[in-house]
Amino acid sequence: MDKFEIVVIGSGPGGMSAASHAAELGVSHVLLEASPKHSNTIQKYQKGKHVMDTPTKLPLRSPLDFEAGTREYILDKWEEGMTATSTNILYKSEAASIEGSKGDFTITLKNGDKVGAKFIILGIGVQGNPRKLPCPGAEFEHIQYQLDDPEEYNNERIAIVGAGDAAIENAVGLAKQNTVCIINRRDEFARAKQGNLDSITQHISDGMIECHYESNPARIEENPSDESRYLFYLSTPTGETPVPVDRVIARLGAIPQRKLVESFGIEFPNDSPTALPELSSQYESNVPGMYIIGALGGYPLIKQAMNQGYEVVEYIQGNDIEPADHPLFVEAFDGLPYDKNVNEILEYLHEASPLYQNINPLTFREFILDSKVQEVSDGDRLCVQGEFTDTFFVVVDGSAYVKLPGVGEFRFKPGDFFGEQSLISGRRRTATVYAGEGCVVVETPRRTMVKLQNSVEAVKRVLDEAFMLRAVQSKFTPNTAHSRLVDLVHNTELKLFNAGENIYTEGEEGDDVHLIRLGSVTSVKHTSKKDIITSYMPVGHYFGESGALGDGVRGDTARANVRTETICLSKESFLSLLEMEPGMQTEVQGHVRDRLTIEARMEAQPRGGELMSFFMSEGLGEGTDVLLIDETLCVGCDNCEKACAESHDGNSRLNREAGESFANMHVPIACRHCEHPHCMKDCPPDAIHRASDGEVYIDKEACIGCGNCVRNCPYDVISLQKNPDEKPGLLQWLLTGSGPGPGGKQYKEGDDIKKAVKCDACKDHDSGPACVRACPTGAAMRMNPKDFVDLVGSRFGS
Amino acid sequence: MYQSITNYKGARYFWVALALSALSILAYWWHQPVNSPNGGTWLGYTLGTIGALLIVWLMLLGVRKRSYNSDLGNMQGWTSAHVYLGTALLIVATLHCGLQFGSNVHTLAYVLMVAVIFSGFFGIYAYIRYPNLMTENRAGDTMSGLLEQVQKIDERCLREAETDDLRELVESSVVGTCVGGGWWHQLNARDHSTIVVPPALNLGGRQGQTSNRDQEQVIQTLANRLSELSGGQEAGAVQHLLAAFSAKQILLRRIRRDIQIRALLKIWLYVHVPLSFGLLAALLTHIVVVFFYW
Repeated sequence: MDKFEIVVIGSGPGGMSAASHAAELGVSHVLLEASPKHSNTIQKYQKGKHVMDTPTKLPLRSPLDFEAGTREYILDKWEEGMTATSTNILYKSEAASIEGSKGDFTITLKNGDKVGAKFIILGIGVQGNPRKLPCPGAEFEHIQYQLDDPEEYNNERIAIVGAGDAAIENAVGLAKQNTVCIINRRDEFARAKQGNLDSITQHISDGMIECHYESNPARIEENPSDESRYLFYLSTPTGETPVPVDRVIARLGAIPQRKLVESFGIEFPNDSPTALPELSSQYESNVPGMYIIGALGGYPLIKQAMNQGYEVVEYIQGNDIEPADHPLFVEAFDGLPYDKNVNEILEYLHEASPLYQNINPLTFREFILDSKVQEVSDGDRLCVQGEFTDTFFVVVDGSAYVKLPGVGEFRFKPGDFFGEQSLISGRRRTATVYAGEGCVVVETPRRTMVKLQNSVEAVKRVLDEAFMLRAVQSKFTPNTAHSRLVDLVHNTELKLFNAGENIYTEGEEGDDVHLIRLGSVTSVKHTSKKDIITSYMPVGHYFGESGALGDGVRGDTARANVRTETICLSKESFLSLLEMEPGMQTEVQGHVRDRLTIEARMEAQPRGGELMSFFMSEGLGEGTDVLLIDETLCVGCDNCEKACAESHDGNSRLNREAGESFANMHVPIACRHCEHPHCMKDCPPDAIHRASDGEVYIDKEACIGCGNCVRNCPYDVISLQKNPDEKPGLLQWLLTGSGPGPGGKQYKEGDDIKKAVKCDACKDHDSGPACVRACPTGAAMRMNPKDFVDLVGSRFGS
Repeated sequence: MYQSITNYKGARYFWVALALSALSILAYWWHQPVNSPNGGTWLGYTLGTIGALLIVWLMLLGVRKRSYNSDLGNMQGWTSAHVYLGTALLIVATLHCGLQFGSNVHTLAYVLMVAVIFSGFFGIYAYIRYPNLMTENRAGDTMSGLLEQVQKIDERCLREAETDDLRELVESSVVGTCVGGGWWHQLNARDHSTIVVPPALNLGGRQGQTSNRDQEQVIQTLANRLSELSGGQEAGAVQHLLAAFSAKQILLRRIRRDIQIRALLKIWLYVHVPLSFGLLAALLTHIVVVFFYW
């Protein structure tokens, strides 16, 4: 039996980099590869696939070359590199079992050969077990999990399931000569790399690929007609849709080769299928002497894996070198009150909160790189009530506190987190949080949190539980300790409803109480003629309580306006909540009475209900700041449009005359500043933001004019415009007639690119939106959907 | 929630204007000058100064309207104040001159002012009355939507006109249909559409180009043609055309009415604004004359 200092198992980018670095250092080594070629995963990439070298900021540290290029170019470079360093590689040598311990491992190969090793580096990746399509019909012949060569398929209808890089690359590769659709269970491509994101959005906008957002595979059936081989049923927010397909390619990521890895003695932290083995910061597993790098360690990026390969060999040699991203952390941690090095700080932060508990250290490293760790002075505000910011905070040291009127201060201790309400609901901050003494926080941007929630199930669960606990407490039992609510919340579930779905129906039995945490709900009454909307309830409102407190028969229908999620409390839980807090029962009864009064009033004004229905059908229910024009006052002077243009570089962002009207209320084409803005999905440069007052605006400098937002906005309020030239002033226009005059545009010659232009609700003007200020007759008003009830009352009330 | 300019903030400028008018009247009644009341007394000068400042301020509405980034109150407030204080000006200026009129530049300024104010009264009437009428007339549609519907009807008629004669008739009616025009045409909303009825369809009517006001001629011609036919493909086509032109007739009426209302909402400004510049010139002359030549 040959015995080596280092045995590397798996010749992916990490393994190769490790083996060739060992070769470079003259350390005895062997690289075991199960297949006949190195880099099996990358060999399986499509021909000509462009391989990215993200993260771009990160320097490469490996004897092998790596820069963005085609699959072939990269594989050739690696081949050259391994030859140049005389790396010892054994093909068709699959490791079957490992015995022994640090300094004396014995690896038994599938063919029975044995190899001895002092140290083992596992770089076997996760590609071994692709995640299967979780729906009936997945066993059909033309359902596959891999695509070797897109050129092999012609004139087929192909559905790609998934929203990651592999799914996007397959879809784009097949789109030229096939009819391709991509099925994304979310409403954006959050997990994809930038280049792929650009490419897929371009293909979707060009009509080359159809994208089914917020869609999940329901089942696959053989198509009785000749149109296609199968019918692929998708569950979408608006119901089940059949898609005729000839082939389904599911790219749902991979499950770690857990059984094999566990047989090597490596432990996993939990049973979650997405769990990854726990590693030290030097990539050493729980088995001393056995190291894990690359995707199996939670790091799927090539460059990172190559750097790890290099670093792990150094660590084995006893050289405690800093990882390649070290300088980025040194910069990020500058000014923190810790007398610790980067790794110690990282470890410290990782242990700071139970929320981070299930995150693999390497994922955590990336997470921290995206976040901001800072020390905040005592009394400074971390987030401000009423603002629309959406970052997420974890207290690492010291404390942060909220001032509760009448109750005192509520303190967040080290390890506590806050900001989940705004992150999940897309609404204003519900409280102002101040930094306490010695406060150090990790502030994470929304995009990173969304990514983390999607990839680490446990984080989502912890956040959801905290959300439920705090929402229930602040709504029903503000003076009761969290600890008394834990059991109750544990037995409470979240329920998701699609747009237009009935949460419950009038006349049916039911006594659950719902607290809205995402979306909005309308209450509908059936009359002999039609349905009348009697109230509108946004995030933070509860409904169904009259069922729980009354006879258990629903007096109305509750319908989701948009995709809506509620915290669903059983009658027992709800009643026990009311018992915890003296006076709450009276308050809730008051709430029931108020609502019944409003609903009766609305019912008595059927036109009001119709107006409300009209607003909802116009999508105003998901808006936060909606421009409405009273047609009985509007004289059509278009001063609103002129004011908009004049206060925004000459391009008007609203079209007064276009848009629908009902009962003299006109909904012009103007931004509604949605709770979860559709335009923010898939903005490649991340140029669309929400200002602290809620205005959704486009950073003009960052916009690249791709037009994704224009297509994603269901209300047509974004357009691509050139920047008009400067024009003569008012006096010059008045006296000499030069220029286009107020509200007019003067175009300049040249080939400026068109950029996206939308309403920013005049966020930079202290006195409010120009359109409203400029209306001479008071016909233009901006309002929140919550004001609709008052509006309807003022127009139709007696 | 929504308030008209007359009700703006509880009609606060109505009360301001009322107070100004009442004070002026009270002072006028109380003040007994040696000669009859006139612009040369201290009260006359006071009222004159107030009036002149009011005129200048009222005219600044045009500047404020175009100062889109101004933080100086909102336009609705300005308009509401403009309406009420402009009305009060009538009283202030009348009391200023002490009802002394003559054939001179001073009375010219007064006459111009009255003309401006009364054209403004029409403006208030128009702003209160016409938006409702316009909405009712458009019945939830937009101008461009109505025009699009007319275009679609025209295209359908051209497709459905089976015979050469019918096609000629339809083409001629489409080409001859006109809406809008100069300001006078817009305001009186008369239909000046024309048509040339092909001889074969012309039952003793005028030859050559004739009026097709309110699409009557084309509808009449089609009705006549229908009475000559008893069934058959052409009869079906004529029926379709008849229905289409009746629909077009209603759409065109709406379009003309819309154009008319829009014109009415604007036309008074073409009197109000130039006259106010005339007033400003006359006012300056009046002041200069008073101070240098009186």
